[in-house]
Amino acid sequence: MNAPARARYDSIVVGGGHNGLVCAAYLARGGRKVLVLEAAERLGGAAVTREFAPGFSVSACAHLLHLMPPTLFRELGLAAHGLKLAAEKLPTVALAQDSHHLTLGPAESALLAERSGRDATALTEWRALLKRLSRALHPLLAATPPRLGTEAWSDRAALLGLGWRIRRLGRADMRELLHIGGMCVHDLLEDRFSLPLLKGALALDAVLGTNYGPRSPGTVMSLLYRVAASQGADTLSVPHGGLGALAEALANAARAAGATLRTGAPVERITVREDRVTGVVLSSGEEIAAENVISSADPKSTFLKLLGSEHLDAGFVRRVAQVRSRGLAAKLHLALDRLPQFPGLTEAALRARLLVAPSSDYIERAYNHAKYNEFSHSPMLEVTIPTLADHSLAPAGKHVMSVIVQYAPYALAGGWHDKRQAFTDRILDTLAAYAPDLRAAISASELLTPPDIEREFRISGGHWHHAELALDQFLMVRPVPGAAQYHTPVPGLFLCGAGCHPGGGVMGLPGRNAARQVIREAA
Amino acid sequence: MSSQAANRYDAIIVGAGHNGLVNACYLARAGLKVLVLERNPYVGGAAVSRSLYEGFTYSNCSYVCSLLRTEIIRALELPSYGLQIIPYEGGCTMMRDGGHLAVYDNHDAMRREIARHSRNDAEAYDRYVRDMLRHCRFIKPLLLREPPDPTSFRPRDLGELWFLAKHFHKLGEARMYDTLRFFTMSCADMLEEYFESEIVKAHLSGSSIIGTALGPRSPGSAYVLLHHYMGSIDGAVGAWGFARGGMGAITQALAASLKASGGSVRESAPVRQILVRNGRATGVVLEDGEEILARIVVSNLDVKRTFLKTVASEHLPPQFLEQVRRFKIRGSSGKLNIALDGLPHFPSIPQGSPAIRGDLHITDTLDMVERAYDDWKEGRWSRSPYVDMLIPTQIDPTMAPDGKHYMSVFVQYCPYQLADGEWTAAKRQAFGNTVIDAIARHSPNFKDLILHAEIRTPQDIENEVGLTEGNIFQGELTFDQLMFNRPVPGYAQYRAPVRGMYMCGSSTHPGGGVMGAPGANSAGAILRDLGRAA
Repeated sequence: MNAPARARYDSIVVGGGHNGLVCAAYLARGGRKVLVLEAAERLGGAAVTREFAPGFSVSACAHLLHLMPPTLFRELGLAAHGLKLAAEKLPTVALAQDSHHLTLGPAESALLAERSGRDATALTEWRALLKRLSRALHPLLAATPPRLGTEAWSDRAALLGLGWRIRRLGRADMRELLHIGGMCVHDLLEDRFSLPLLKGALALDAVLGTNYGPRSPGTVMSLLYRVAASQGADTLSVPHGGLGALAEALANAARAAGATLRTGAPVERITVREDRVTGVVLSSGEEIAAENVISSADPKSTFLKLLGSEHLDAGFVRRVAQVRSRGLAAKLHLALDRLPQFPGLTEAALRARLLVAPSSDYIERAYNHAKYNEFSHSPMLEVTIPTLADHSLAPAGKHVMSVIVQYAPYALAGGWHDKRQAFTDRILDTLAAYAPDLRAAISASELLTPPDIEREFRISGGHWHHAELALDQFLMVRPVPGAAQYHTPVPGLFLCGAGCHPGGGVMGLPGRNAARQVIREAA
Repeated sequence: MSSQAANRYDAIIVGAGHNGLVNACYLARAGLKVLVLERNPYVGGAAVSRSLYEGFTYSNCSYVCSLLRTEIIRALELPSYGLQIIPYEGGCTMMRDGGHLAVYDNHDAMRREIARHSRNDAEAYDRYVRDMLRHCRFIKPLLLREPPDPTSFRPRDLGELWFLAKHFHKLGEARMYDTLRFFTMSCADMLEEYFESEIVKAHLSGSSIIGTALGPRSPGSAYVLLHHYMGSIDGAVGAWGFARGGMGAITQALAASLKASGGSVRESAPVRQILVRNGRATGVVLEDGEEILARIVVSNLDVKRTFLKTVASEHLPPQFLEQVRRFKIRGSSGKLNIALDGLPHFPSIPQGSPAIRGDLHITDTLDMVERAYDDWKEGRWSRSPYVDMLIPTQIDPTMAPDGKHYMSVFVQYCPYQLADGEWTAAKRQAFGNTVIDAIARHSPNFKDLILHAEIRTPQDIENEVGLTEGNIFQGELTFDQLMFNRPVPGYAQYRAPVRGMYMCGSSTHPGGGVMGAPGANSAGAILRDLGRAA
């Protein structure tokens, strides 16, 4: 026998969601021997396409692609690995009760100018400002966040670099950034725009996936995050075959780089010997050794379930337990016998992202309920009908509607079990105001509440971002101080999921940043 | 004309609120010829003692003293001009079910009281107090400094930025993260990291919403809580007290200190406009047409009133005006001043406890406070308001006839503009009744004792004091309106975009409350500009 067998793998990535796959692909491209372990039978985590009614498939969690930076697409060669877009640069239609809908996206300023010249100009200016700011902020999202107060030159260089990039914006933009960075989106929109429908649509982007309403300070930050992550693109697209096709392309990229991917292999425990991570044990009892383990699971699952608090100090455990991670977004999937009519919209226009968020106040009222663990009586909706661009998802002539619904609190007062129908009815009633014949077209439906999302996608709390996207859980304090630079207090254990900097959504930067950190630390 | 030239002042301060007076005091002490002009027939702005009912003195706007910087009290020798601050030892939060949480200034007594509700919370309270003190210590040295302009390369700004960075760095890595989180959190999230008992959380959350259009679940409200904690009385951090004779005693002492240093004050002298010639402030014109000239004009009015109503817009950069219009000053508080025939009985407060001599609150849960805020967002006063009551006459009998009492009731939330139309006398009365009923539920003999009640909506406060929308802080204390953003990015250093004109009100750093820091900081900026080291 030779010296103790060298670990078979350099790195084990726990979880085959998009961040796990991105991380594995970058690690493998960096020459590391990588194994991805996915509990489910299929890769992709919350970027997944699956059947929800016989013959009908849907992107079961995320349903649009807009955050992933172009750099990442290029670096991993996702197009070459089979990613085809069914639709890109989708417009957004803000639905109006009076059918006087507002279309945003390409050519928006001409459309808007018909209603309010002032708003059209303001929107053009606002988009241009966001683009300029996102150029300064993207490098911050695409790198390990610096630690504060250390002597390390790399941390200081990162902070100075950030300061420099912000300075380079010029005095006017810099002031604007420092001013609006902590603002609530409601105020920002009130200051700039007048049409309630426009303000509602823009406010939706700021609060989607978060536990906040438009009047919550810090919500402008989530808008900046959205634009900065995508390198200023912020355009909506849908892969052919749904978001699951993105996961397949990522998996192909990882495999092509030499990574091994295993599904149906739930990790039971991360093993530690002499205060160092040595590998993992699967539910089957199989032990797999590795130099390091990189978890794409959420911070609570990683530290409190897979690792175990006995390996961590009490203060750190308390911080992890206090991470706010209760989801508020639900998902409704409808199988439709025919395309519903939306008065005021042509069939071609229905390919857009449709929003039910008629005003910022509407969203705030929807949010009010969530504060008291009630579901919104008039929820805010983001609707897509993916089958208009991608016939592979439903039988010929039939359609799928995918709806993100807010607010649906994780800890609904009294529990979800006997409220599912009531909530579904609220959503359908809300939709029926814009598509009166919708109900008659429905042949099957599926509601995923945050507890369902927690179960199906193994995300504690069922929160998209794993940890709430808020100023106090951002940058060097995300998910908690001591684990914000992807490494954790236990040597050999890293994080790479949405709970890390910069955050969630189908974006991939946590996975990419983590892989680069792992490689840097090994060097 | 010649008499005018002879009467020319070095500095005119518009508005004799506490910040205007503090500012004037510092300038006068530096040898400037100073005149303070006040619209009302009395000085004090929102720190006043008024007789509105026979034999009673009301602190009819601000009602407690704590934030006034000790540095200012000492420098202006306010105690020798009659200011006496009496700390109060207790307080109590009453619940609808008859339960209560008493408040004691003695830490151990407070801990025991919390333990009645939750043992864990009693332990957490030690941590909480320690952490809050640390945050206070962090923020305090920043209060009496001019905020740097982060976009500037001037040595002074770079120096101040360097000071901030060093000050932050001194905390050490772990505390730096804690501080970052604290300043960006909601009060509710912050409290939930410490406490489990609803009443403890609800009680502590009160300070996070007073005077603001935020709820306890709004990010940034943890800072507002700190804003109310960072005061001190004789070095006792976070202590609160009464000014003997009402809040007017503070501004009376300031006025006396000012006069002793040669400054003058004119009451009933409303300023119509600040005069600007060739881009330079030259004086003011009063409502009656009288012109008074000065080298420097300092406005203690809030930033909207100053620049949108008191300076002709052609003298101001349009960008600046746009930012001033965007400044958020929201009326969210109401006030009742009540003359009582005797001391009301609150059955839930233990007999003989000092609790009744401090702040009395009515609230049960964070949700109740948050719902009160939801009402405000909808343009109506809170159905179950958060009330902060004080009966100062228990400690300071000078404010009411023998055996009778004055009660100050601060109410959160009350909107400036109602959704269902203009404020009317009937609506004001209805608002007052909502509050009185809420109190009466906790005090069976309360209603019978009422001799007189002054009910003040944000509009009443605006009309009387001049504060836009009746906002007690002259502007919301949100991230986008603090430090170098207060009141307007690029103009946070007390200097207006007009030469020779300055701001000294609570619209400027570090914001509102009877603190005096904006007035003092502004005086520092003026004296530096004049080449007289502050």
